[in-house]
Amino acid sequence: MVLVYIDHEDQQLKSSSLEAMSYGAALAKQLGVTAEALVLGTTPATLSDLGKQGASKVHHVAVDTLNHLDVKVNSTVIAEAATQLNATVLIFAHNINGKALAPAVAVKLKAGLVTGASSLPKTENGFIVTKTVFSGKAFASVKIATPIKIIAINQNCYGIHAADNVAEVIPMSFNIPSPSVKMTLVEKVKGELPLTEASLVVSGGRGLKGPENWGILLDLAKELGAATACSRPVSDSDWRPHHEHVGQTGIQIAPNLYIAIGISGAIQHLAGVNRSKTIVVINKDPEAPFFKAADYGVVGDAFEVVPALTAALKNSK
Amino acid sequence: MKILVCISKTPDTTAKIAFTEGNTKLDENGIQWIINPYDEWYSLVRAIEHKEKDPTTIIHLVTVGGADVEPIIRKALALGGDEAIRVNLQSNDSFTVASQIAAVAKNGAYDLIFTGKETIDYNSASIGSMVAAILDLPYISLANHFTLNGNDAIIKREIEGGEETNEVSLPVVVSCQKGMAEQRIPNMRGIMAARTKPLHVQEPIACDETTQVMQYELPPAKQGVKLVAPDNMDELVRLLKEEAKVI
Ligand SMILES: Cc1cc2nc3c(=O)[nH]c(=O)nc-3n(C[C@H](O)[C@H](O)[C@H](O)COP(=O)(O)OP(=O)(O)OC[C@H]3O[C@@H](n4cnc5c(N)ncnc54)[C@H](O)[C@@H]3O)c2cc1C
Repeated sequence: MVLVYIDHEDQQLKSSSLEAMSYGAALAKQLGVTAEALVLGTTPATLSDLGKQGASKVHHVAVDTLNHLDVKVNSTVIAEAATQLNATVLIFAHNINGKALAPAVAVKLKAGLVTGASSLPKTENGFIVTKTVFSGKAFASVKIATPIKIIAINQNCYGIHAADNVAEVIPMSFNIPSPSVKMTLVEKVKGELPLTEASLVVSGGRGLKGPENWGILLDLAKELGAATACSRPVSDSDWRPHHEHVGQTGIQIAPNLYIAIGISGAIQHLAGVNRSKTIVVINKDPEAPFFKAADYGVVGDAFEVVPALTAALKNSK
Repeated sequence: MKILVCISKTPDTTAKIAFTEGNTKLDENGIQWIINPYDEWYSLVRAIEHKEKDPTTIIHLVTVGGADVEPIIRKALALGGDEAIRVNLQSNDSFTVASQIAAVAKNGAYDLIFTGKETIDYNSASIGSMVAAILDLPYISLANHFTLNGNDAIIKREIEGGEETNEVSLPVVVSCQKGMAEQRIPNMRGIMAARTKPLHVQEPIACDETTQVMQYELPPAKQGVKLVAPDNMDELVRLLKEEAKVI
């Protein structure tokens, strides 16, 4: 059985987890087994809806202390659930929680782990998973040799696909170990879409000259319903908050659309965005390296092009 | 206070990646090697900052790799740290590497174990969590701020769309990222001192690899950029809607 770990936050199932569910369902079909989901903690989301991504059952450990990530505790619960349910493959989203949990679960289950998977495994002859390496500059095919296998998938590598199962929700209960960490404060940026969950991203670089010029970028982002990002020098100069910094040393994202405005396209910047499906570059310098990595390019002054693009989007509605 | 800092050797961020031997090995021709940036800028420097405040702190560095890692570990010692341990094993399997680090950590009875948030070559982001699980210790990932209050660590970590503060009793394993410390460069005195700092070479413990890299592959080349005139944004909107189908 393929067991998919489902993450939730702000009363909703994360879209990266729905994608993991779709991926898990496809893998289960390939292996001729069922795909089931595991949810820890409490959420008002309708868990039986996971059938729409191919789950036949949803195992639910409805203990609210598990809403908070305590890797030591939560990984123990996941590993025990996987053992009880006889899971042979576990799927996680390679997001913040998945990155923290999957390796610990792998240790507890003595399972081989591949993180950052970019496609479905090849299973005709062994079990081989392709993952991104060298910050998106290459792929590696990795063979997992252990009886239990764990895969953490890159965001937006597979997509969310519709199925028509109705999943049965089954409560599970455990003796939950005592907490190993105490959360004392949560600070969230209000009303903003987290970058890693966004499918459209508008990003600005030093070419915008200063924080006072961000209005044109924010207008475009608003018109598109996109999240905003920036290059490293922009966040280093405090023109934009640090959580917007994408790249090798910032956040790595893979949205459907990445619009880069006044960003030169340094290799360390590309390392954070090169998995984007479609890249649009707006830069006044036709020699800017970013054009080599772009699908669509506009050679022009951002201060004219960006408002024109926003207007064109408005008109097209 | 005893801190163990995990150090990995990676190709420079600007390295051009190519493979040899039927795409089974990284082509090391022309590659400059560096300390994995997250290990250097954030976890090592944060440990050094702590030692500057409390000189009784002992910092050990650990690396799992062949003799070719030694220049990198010397470079790390030039930044700071008292001693280094190299486990003499070359492996791409996270579990194998984590098992070696956990064995070193167990021997040294450390209060704190720092890793970088990931390495920039294999991007697995797994070592810290695995080490913590093997040692049955608490683990905090993606830390961007760290302070100590007696035997408790107060750690801020990244969450989706914000950050969260956690309190945890030592010992703990922490994966470090931007915000933890300010990048520095080694000075002449550090470089001289590093030459004579102890670098212990230790044989690995027995461990079966759980994964194995079979082959590498470069991504397909981009089709080439389609340029749109700056005064024709209606066309860009049309392309995004009808061709790329992303909006
Ligand atoms: C180890 C290491 C790690 C790094 N990690 C990261 C990282 O994670 N993320 C990151 O982003 N960088 C990172 N960098 C920095 C990176 O090398 C570049 O310096 C940085 O990305 C450049 O930012 P930028 O494109 O905003 O600025 P610049 O390189 O200065 O580019 C500005 C661009 O704006 C264009 N421009 C100027 N005016 C206009 C206008 N009016 N209209 C349109 N275009 C205009 C210019 O033609 C130019 O191409 C890292 C560097 C190192 C050494």
